[in-house]
Amino acid sequence: MVTAKAARRRRRVAVREEYCIGCRLCEVACVTRHSRSRDVVAAHKTESPRPGGGVRFEAAGPVSLAVSCRHCADPLCVEACLTGAMARDPGTGRVVHDPARCVGCWMCVMTCPTGVPRPDPAAHRLAFKCDLCGGDDLPACVAACPNAAAVLVEEDEP
Amino acid sequence: MTADLLVIGHSVAACHAAEAARGAGLAGSLVVVGDEPAGNYSRPLISYYLGGRLGRDELSFRSQAFYDRNRIQVLAGRRAVALDPAARTVTLADGERLGYRSLLLATGGEPIVPPIKGWREGLGGVFTFTKLADADALAAWLDARGSDDCVVLGGGLIGLKATEGLLARGVRPRIVELADRVLANTLDREASAILERRLAVAGCEVRKGRTVAEIRAGGDRVSSVVLDNGEVLPARTLIVAIGVKPDLRLVRETPMAVERGILVDSRQRTNLAGVYAAGDCAQGPDFLGLKPAVIAIWPVAARQGRIAGLNAAGASGETAGAIPMNAVQILDVPAVSFGVTNPAPGGGHEILKRDDQAGGKYRKIVLLDGRVVGVVLVGEIDRAGLLGTLIRERADVSDRRDALLRADLGLLDLPADLRRRLVDAPPPAPLKNSSGPARSRSVR
Amino acid sequence: MARTRVAPDFAVRRDTARCINCKACVRLCANGVHVWDEVAGAPVADESKCVGCHFCEEHCPTRALSIERAPAETTSGGHWTRSAIRGIGRQAETGGILLGAMGNDRPQMAYFDRLVLNAAQVTNPSIDPLREPMELKTFIGSRPDRIEIARGAGGRPRLGAPLPPLLEIETPIMFSAMSYGSISLNACRSLAGAAGEIGTCWNTGEGGLHPDLESCADRAIVQVASGRFGVTPEYLARAAAIEIKVGQGAKPGIGGHLPGGKVTEDVSRTRRIPVGSDAISPAPHHDIYSIEDLKQLIFALKEATRYSKPVGVKIAAVHNVASIAIGIVHAGADFIAIDGIRGGTGAAPSVIRDHVGIPIELALASVDQRLREEGLRHRVSIIAAGGIRSSADVLKAIALGADAVYIATAALVALGCHVCRTCYLGKCNWGIATQDPALTRRLNPEVGQTRAANLLRAWSHEIKEMLGGMGVNAIESVRGNRDHLRGVGLSQVELDLLGIKHAGSPW
Repeated sequence: MVTAKAARRRRRVAVREEYCIGCRLCEVACVTRHSRSRDVVAAHKTESPRPGGGVRFEAAGPVSLAVSCRHCADPLCVEACLTGAMARDPGTGRVVHDPARCVGCWMCVMTCPTGVPRPDPAAHRLAFKCDLCGGDDLPACVAACPNAAAVLVEEDEP
Repeated sequence: MTADLLVIGHSVAACHAAEAARGAGLAGSLVVVGDEPAGNYSRPLISYYLGGRLGRDELSFRSQAFYDRNRIQVLAGRRAVALDPAARTVTLADGERLGYRSLLLATGGEPIVPPIKGWREGLGGVFTFTKLADADALAAWLDARGSDDCVVLGGGLIGLKATEGLLARGVRPRIVELADRVLANTLDREASAILERRLAVAGCEVRKGRTVAEIRAGGDRVSSVVLDNGEVLPARTLIVAIGVKPDLRLVRETPMAVERGILVDSRQRTNLAGVYAAGDCAQGPDFLGLKPAVIAIWPVAARQGRIAGLNAAGASGETAGAIPMNAVQILDVPAVSFGVTNPAPGGGHEILKRDDQAGGKYRKIVLLDGRVVGVVLVGEIDRAGLLGTLIRERADVSDRRDALLRADLGLLDLPADLRRRLVDAPPPAPLKNSSGPARSRSVR
Repeated sequence: MARTRVAPDFAVRRDTARCINCKACVRLCANGVHVWDEVAGAPVADESKCVGCHFCEEHCPTRALSIERAPAETTSGGHWTRSAIRGIGRQAETGGILLGAMGNDRPQMAYFDRLVLNAAQVTNPSIDPLREPMELKTFIGSRPDRIEIARGAGGRPRLGAPLPPLLEIETPIMFSAMSYGSISLNACRSLAGAAGEIGTCWNTGEGGLHPDLESCADRAIVQVASGRFGVTPEYLARAAAIEIKVGQGAKPGIGGHLPGGKVTEDVSRTRRIPVGSDAISPAPHHDIYSIEDLKQLIFALKEATRYSKPVGVKIAAVHNVASIAIGIVHAGADFIAIDGIRGGTGAAPSVIRDHVGIPIELALASVDQRLREEGLRHRVSIIAAGGIRSSADVLKAIALGADAVYIATAALVALGCHVCRTCYLGKCNWGIATQDPALTRRLNPEVGQTRAANLLRAWSHEIKEMLGGMGVNAIESVRGNRDHLRGVGLSQVELDLLGIKHAGSPW
């Protein structure tokens, strides 16, 4: 609908539903990667609130799918964000969320085409969203996927 | 001075227009004129500012680096007072005249103040609530005069957001709303009931089906209001939050085509050469094929600004039309709505509902010809964007009505081709024989 | 009737200090071993359902799980084994035949383990395969009795008579017959893709050729078995070679039976039989009762494919395997595949799998020997199958006389199989021996192809290293060259049958 010139490499995680086995190990890896200890047991058993949570899991019959932020080239959430908490990093193209600036206006929840942003109404702000594991070579969910269903897609933007 | 792109108005449409124009290769000067002395700030955040959640320095939605990166020259606190489309100039209140190659009008809206008996300019204790200065004045008034007896006239989005800010300050306003419910434009009876109940628990009374007929003053300030049924409510503070209307003051004396707002096409072009309009002042195509309307919401303003910026810079950009939508949280109750939320009877609409008043949850989907055209969600708004996608994609969902009503509606509930397009995962690698046939050859 | 009480074969150990209640085990176990206990707020295990496939263990993110052998309860000296007792119990309950899957696992002698290879020292220097070319390329098919050379224009030499069609493979290891139906399409894709990647062949089994696999059909050996499933002119035309399946090492003398439950719509299209019908392969081919009958079928297939590709015969290794092989050569086969007693299967009566047939090592040696004696060895290629576990087994089989080997269990292990031996249940957690769409997706064929191809690469590297160590630079030099082998701890009868000397004997 809208074309804009911006030459950078877009990275995102995509899950191929034909190979997603529904183990949810991507979620476990996300929690562990974003924990203080980076230890899988400690991250889940002792840290509170539980860190991470950038992956949403769906299942219907034999088909399952893990969904996370697509880091859109033209992100509607960034366009709609009232505070600038949701922003696209001009260098890396990552769509990042700054919880300190978020007021829970839910514009991103309303506009995200894949329904990724997770509202936390009690905290009046968005819950954690995928940050592509900072500058890691491989996001934790991709590294943890036992069936290579989750893949890191890198593509040059037009 | 002649700007390559001159923007009148300094809010979300202006910022997105500037960013898009620079992204599309606009090399020349880019000037934004804003009538408020404050620089970049997000108007919808003033309720959080009033309530103390955000400080004054936390209201900006774009940093100085954004302005530097996009080489935007801001003229703050300068009001544009005249437009000469033939000469391609805009005159500011201080007399300066600015030329332009392209002009974007993003003047936004101004609060509606209806004629009420007893109202007069400068009456103390009466406020509107759309700008930072309004919030500052209201906060100062409350600090000085105390927080008792506050009335909010209007139970729409602005009124409720003001109420939320007030509640956070310990002020428990009474809301007077002409319609039979709050947020009447975007929600329906059941959805509003949940919010009203929550407001009541917070100690905030809502007078529905009523309006203020008269303002009574004690000296130079308001003392009470009289409702249209004669009831008198003490009012040391009155916030008029009936709504906003497009700010058309700059184009009144020009040949600009105007209805309720400035009429624009799918590229945000007005009828005047080189002049675009975007945001709350513009009246553009409606996605659902309804009459062109002013859709005064932040995401629409952002998108329209972007499209205007692209076209002003010579790139292509077109809208398929705007969809009315809104997201709001009143106290701890979130709500989202899209499109046609209260279809007129006889239009062939089908309504799916799941109503859990006790649990504070409500979900309503409006279908037309098996396609989603309207949504109301209260309490559970997770994945609301998927419903927006269904509207935008005009997806046939006639075989998945049950899924639409589930709070955990997911991508897997969407038609497979749409889902695959959204996920956009690489397809399975084709099976190939890279070493060629195992030659079954007969050699001569 | 009262149910026989049987203690579970496996113990599920869960370290609760490490378990994070992620429920991966609960979601993943197709056998329903792990169940979420709402009251306890923790997973619990029904160990009686565990087949020991280790899928949960390998997917537990905290390594909180381990699947262990339950302690044996028998007090006897080993004669009354746990499996013997269990088998009797089950038969007392059902009155039926005991089913088994994969290969014979009884503690019989593996002759491969009693054979050792030679290496060069001082007088015949070894070769470094990283520096010098090392040839593994292998041709499968019949060779003419002699090469005739004719002179063309200008006196240039050329072949005077056409060579029979040959299959050219880059390494002497091929994937053995496993049908779509017995294994999942993703498993078939993995193997077909790996064969195409490495330059060897895969085998359709008797399941027909699925359209998705057609791009690799010219590396496929297609089977014509007693059920004739999926055999069409196109099927034969697309193939690299044709294999008439007479017997299988895991079940010599009996037919096959794919239960109707596994005949999904897709399987039915590929096999050309109705959905849900049992796919029965009769024990004999009902048109083959003699070598002459076999010859008719071989030449019917050669005619159908205009003598463009090798046609071979697969048999199980049985007592008179050498004589049978002679007959098969006389019937016109271009290759013989011999499947030993350790050959695998998706399902077979355990008693037949475990007790019928002879070890591949002995069968191979005797067939090779007899063909040489009859002057027929060049007329046919020999493919050895049944229990090949490593590159050493491959090389030993070739030294015993094989032109190439078939691997199947090893290939499935490369895809993830943990040899739990319950293929016939159709609930393979690794997505291999199942048609359940929730399970088949667990084998990503892109991953499977890479793993199967890597296995072939690794074994080929190892074979090159061993060849270099022997001081030879081509697999041809070792083929049927039993001087490279010595036996350890074998009797003179066994050594004679294998045609090798005992370790310690000089050249």
